[in-house]
Amino acid sequence: MIESAKLAGLLQGPLVWLPATLAIYAAATALWRRHGKAPILNPTMLSIIAIGTVLLASGVPYPAYLDGVAILNYVLGTAVVALAVPLHRHIHLLQGRTLKLAVALFAGSTTSLVLGLIVAKAAGASLETILSIAPKAATAAVSIEIARGIGGLPGLTAVVTIMTGITTAVVGPYVLDLLGVRAPETRGLALGVSGHGIATARAFSESEAAGSFASIGTALNASLTAALVPLAVWALGLM
Amino acid sequence: MLQSLVVLMFFQLLGELLVQATGLPLPGPVCGMLFLLAWLRSGWTLPVELTGVATGLLDHFGLLFVPAGVSIIGFGALIMRDGPAIVLALMLSIAATVAITACAFGRRQAAQREARSRSVP
Repeated sequence: MIESAKLAGLLQGPLVWLPATLAIYAAATALWRRHGKAPILNPTMLSIIAIGTVLLASGVPYPAYLDGVAILNYVLGTAVVALAVPLHRHIHLLQGRTLKLAVALFAGSTTSLVLGLIVAKAAGASLETILSIAPKAATAAVSIEIARGIGGLPGLTAVVTIMTGITTAVVGPYVLDLLGVRAPETRGLALGVSGHGIATARAFSESEAAGSFASIGTALNASLTAALVPLAVWALGLM
Repeated sequence: MLQSLVVLMFFQLLGELLVQATGLPLPGPVCGMLFLLAWLRSGWTLPVELTGVATGLLDHFGLLFVPAGVSIIGFGALIMRDGPAIVLALMLSIAATVAITACAFGRRQAAQREARSRSVP
């Protein structure tokens, strides 16, 4: 028999929560694959719900869990650096279209950011919430860091960012069909700028070209959003 | 694999150091990514298996933001209060972002190119 004090000690370190998080994520990914990678079964979302439920049911506080999985937070930064590799691989697709891309990227990024802020404010959201949803179009790793920097709630930002990706993956293709957009490059870029990695996965399911442009949109918008959010928050007098 | 991880972590550290030193309003890892991109574009030497390691890391990208996402368990009251505003802000801004990005990049680009290539025998 393990004494309860020892058991409580185990629940603080990485011994329980690191393998539990990996196992839950692996199971969620398997479920998602089995159902044709349906955006609504996003493995990150399912894992957050599952682990959150376990923590609430067992009464383990969030900081104790975070202690156990701190290494994943560090590796998140490493993975963001690694985004340079696919970006480098696809950058040749942009030859001769850099100006158009810059305009589209800037227009999309600004719309996502400013409209999100204005609608949330008009709908009566609290300042914390408004600041937390501002960076939602950047890939989660980046949006979390941006939220930390401007006084938002990183956890809320993580969830809102994932919701943004899922919503873009589900709603984005309908909007593009409605507008009669058929060019795979344009479809990919629009999905990537609005919905980062999750919508990029959706773009790859349309075609390789759409997926590559979505990757470019994701990587570039992560950088641009990081630069624009503090500016917009300051300009709208929210900080 | 180890060499590639060291390279990625070195650029991560470099980005973080630069952000700390200059107070740039950019997350450290984004800065590190831009440095690595510049390095890749310059064609300087890098471990051969860097692409494989980067792809491997990015294949499990979703796992890495689970820890931050789980902190949502502390926001029950906030979600109850601001949930509808969040959903409204997401729906409107996403539909507008997709539409505006697509229109700005040129929604008939491929069709026009196709037409042009067809007209040349």
